[in-house]
Amino acid sequence: MAKLEVHLWSGLRRFVDGADKVEVEASTIGTMLDGLKETYPGLAPIIDAGVSVAIDDEIVNGSRHRQLSSEQEIFILQKIKGG
Amino acid sequence: MAKDEYREFRLVGTRPDRPDGLDKVTGRARYGADMTAPGMLWGAVVRSPHAHARIVKIDATKALALDGVKSVVTRADFPEGLTGEDWNLQENTIAGEKALYDGHAVAAVAATTRFLAEEAARLIEVEYEVLPHVIDVDEAMKPDAPVIRHGVSDTTVPEGMSPNIVRKIEFGNGDLGAAFAAADLVMEKSFKTEATHQGYIEPHACLGQMGSDGKGEMWVCTQGQWYIRKMCSAVLGTEASQLRVTPSEIGGGFGGKTTIFMEPLSLALSRKAGGKPVKIVMSRSEVLRATGPTASASMDVKLGMKKDGTLSGIQVEFRMQGGAFPGAPTEFALYCGLAPYKFGAVEAVGYDVIANRPRCAAYRAPGAPMGSFAIESLLDEMCLKLGLDALDVRFKNAVVAGDRAAYGPKFGSIGFVETLEATKNHPNLLAELGPNQGRGIAAGYWFNHNGETSVSMAISEDGTAQVSVGTPDIGGSRASIALMVAETLGIAYEDVRVNVAETGSLGVNEPTHGSRATFASGKAAVLATEAAIKEMCKRAANEWGIEPDAVEWADGAARPAGPNAGQFPPMTIKEIAGAMGSTGGPISGHHESLPDGVGASFGCHVVDVEVDPETGRTEILRYLVVQDAGRAIHPSYVEGQYQGGAAQGIGWALNEEYVYDDKGRLQNSVFLDYRVPLASDLPKIDTVIVEVPNPGHPYGVRGVGETGITPPLPALANAVRAATGVRMTHLPMSPSKVLAALKGR
Amino acid sequence: MSKIHVTTTINGDEVEFLADPRETLLDCLRDHVGLTGSKEGCGTGDCGACSVTVDGTLVCSCLVLGVEAEGKDIRTIEGMADGATLHPLQRKFIEHAALQCGFCTPGLLVASKALLDKNPNPSEEEVRYWIAGNLCRCTGYDKIIRAIMDAAAEMRGEAA
Repeated sequence: MAKLEVHLWSGLRRFVDGADKVEVEASTIGTMLDGLKETYPGLAPIIDAGVSVAIDDEIVNGSRHRQLSSEQEIFILQKIKGG
Repeated sequence: MAKDEYREFRLVGTRPDRPDGLDKVTGRARYGADMTAPGMLWGAVVRSPHAHARIVKIDATKALALDGVKSVVTRADFPEGLTGEDWNLQENTIAGEKALYDGHAVAAVAATTRFLAEEAARLIEVEYEVLPHVIDVDEAMKPDAPVIRHGVSDTTVPEGMSPNIVRKIEFGNGDLGAAFAAADLVMEKSFKTEATHQGYIEPHACLGQMGSDGKGEMWVCTQGQWYIRKMCSAVLGTEASQLRVTPSEIGGGFGGKTTIFMEPLSLALSRKAGGKPVKIVMSRSEVLRATGPTASASMDVKLGMKKDGTLSGIQVEFRMQGGAFPGAPTEFALYCGLAPYKFGAVEAVGYDVIANRPRCAAYRAPGAPMGSFAIESLLDEMCLKLGLDALDVRFKNAVVAGDRAAYGPKFGSIGFVETLEATKNHPNLLAELGPNQGRGIAAGYWFNHNGETSVSMAISEDGTAQVSVGTPDIGGSRASIALMVAETLGIAYEDVRVNVAETGSLGVNEPTHGSRATFASGKAAVLATEAAIKEMCKRAANEWGIEPDAVEWADGAARPAGPNAGQFPPMTIKEIAGAMGSTGGPISGHHESLPDGVGASFGCHVVDVEVDPETGRTEILRYLVVQDAGRAIHPSYVEGQYQGGAAQGIGWALNEEYVYDDKGRLQNSVFLDYRVPLASDLPKIDTVIVEVPNPGHPYGVRGVGETGITPPLPALANAVRAATGVRMTHLPMSPSKVLAALKGR
Repeated sequence: MSKIHVTTTINGDEVEFLADPRETLLDCLRDHVGLTGSKEGCGTGDCGACSVTVDGTLVCSCLVLGVEAEGKDIRTIEGMADGATLHPLQRKFIEHAALQCGFCTPGLLVASKALLDKNPNPSEEEVRYWIAGNLCRCTGYDKIIRAIMDAAAEMRGEAA
């Protein structure tokens, strides 16, 4: 478990008391998202609808069990797909 | 480094014939409508002629009385209680309480002949109560706009906004006020784009069969057979594994065939008709009216620039309507439009709005063309005002690896600067321009995607190889995957057969979308092949009595790894394969994952135009596409993606748009009136493949299919501006619009 | 509505079928004669995917009635190759990667053959205007033009 700093897009600030990044104790993408939902229930419907997670320079989809560390820069983004 | 300057591999980077070429030039290849089955029925769909109406009653008595009519379905034949995206899919497949757009399916019928089905469809009586409608995005956001549906807005939308506003996106960083104060020039402009259609020449077609036990088969033209399976099962309330979906060859998709439209109707009709197969082929008019065009957009941009061309800040608000359901690609319009540059401070707001139009589907880099149109146009205008060179300003602000994107995360390995370099050095930029002629330049971006991928490969008894992938081949991916696997195995390209498998043969695969097939299926195919190679080395090791890790694979054979491993002549793939039945059995490899290491692709386009001052018609004199492919596995098909994306962008910029009447009904639902580019509209399209290899892929691949449609919209607007002095801000720049603008000059 | 018996020649073979008088020639080729190489892209004669020749004239088969085929000489994509020997246009389309999804390809091949049968030495502009009736959404036409010009050169006995 590590203290992770997670950046959110500014539209989510009102669910997290105005912050643009939040701290959550977690070790994987999945536990990080679950932790966010638990601490900030307003984020739950948005996370459940599907988000992409950027770790440093990589956009990650579908990897709940991917390990995270506090040295990484973590962003939550709208879910990326394509055409 | 540009493509033709070196070659590192034996096969990767060459241009062999594609494996499906022979079938396609002889008419043998089978597409969605080319399949028949014994006892087959034809299906026809009854569609709303109203943009917004309550469905009061549906009476199929007359239709059912017709000899040869075997089943009729309405929403009542579908399960209730779906939620979220499943509900959206079901509601779009067949209307519930209301018809939400002109063309919305309300009922379907199956009969023994196509004419009978169409006649029966005409005999189904639907009583409507017509409601006020709204189709324009800005109109739909107004407080007094007709409400499409209540309760669709998610928690991102502030209280008090119209219920038609269903999502709000906001991101940014920095101090915008200070940024604009520090700028030497601040400009703001508004831009609009209209809905367009992917315009694939093959209409949607499927042949579906489902028994009363919920077990079914479907033949369908699709970019994603697992999506068809998942979505049909959800909509029908049946089990996914019981439905086997086989993809036909596909006559174009571009994102429009990544979802369902009439496919569940075919299965529902079949089930109700005692399990007889039901074929449904859409007409062109149905395709344009009732499949998935793009969103339309209304965008405001305010940009600050210093005298030397440095960007200091940007503020954008994008409003997009994606039809009667959530899903307009507003966030991608923002992310991609902003991606190429360091803007200093950024404030971005986007709205996803619903309107009485068909549900938008993805169209090649969804959202990105609109976003780039707005931002690259304003950037160009400001370069003109400050007397700065368009390419130099792009160089000055271009993102490089390690820079932070406007939407937050840092960029990894990217090739934007290399792409600009290759553009700058191209001879097209030296061509002289005459009266009424102008040159436009614009950049573009798409992230590319990995997605769920399952690939399996096997060695045949004669030492040749087969690969099963789940990504339909829409641009030449079978050739590219065969090249990569043959390269990895060290055998001939012709000795690898790539098959696109049906859903029963592999684990889940996401569609061919997001520019992922060559990257993801390719990477998975290489990893699967490496697993098979490991097994082949083990067979050789066992034969030689040495440890498996003392064996290596090179040039199509297992060899002792180094002099200490022993003196054994190489065992070729043919020898190992021929003996596999007596050395342990079949040799296969498989790989399932969401392959990591996606690499984004930047592009830059340069277009020279001549605008006829008497007709407003824009003629394209020269068109150049420069784009980073990472590594071009088969350069001809990379060039093909560049040229095809450019052509679609040209159509979108100059002519294509959905035209509605005051009743919200589509007026141009045939190709005569929905005018896509013809051979006589275009010149040769020059291409330069830049290769900044993606470290995340064994051969350096970056997806290339989507970036190419992003720069044409602003490049053409910039060229028209240069040629005429007029800044067109509302696409398309059709002759009548340009003429009006010229007259108002 | 009772069907009409049609006797015609398709790709050199005598063929008979029963046509509903409302059916197009395209419908009849695809549904009664098993020749699915000609495609329906629009049904209104705008896209050219259904191109065939009738007595040597290039037509959109979606605009010809099936019953009109009676006694005519119909040529479709399936008749373009001579057994296993591809027509130069077919070979050049593959060589130049002039197809991606391939849906417009049969119509384009029939149309460009009709052009070269009439005019063995067309300019690029003449080719572009001749095939303006064949829509392609994948390629941007660039490699298609190169393939046709190269095939024409080969058929004239010249190097490309």
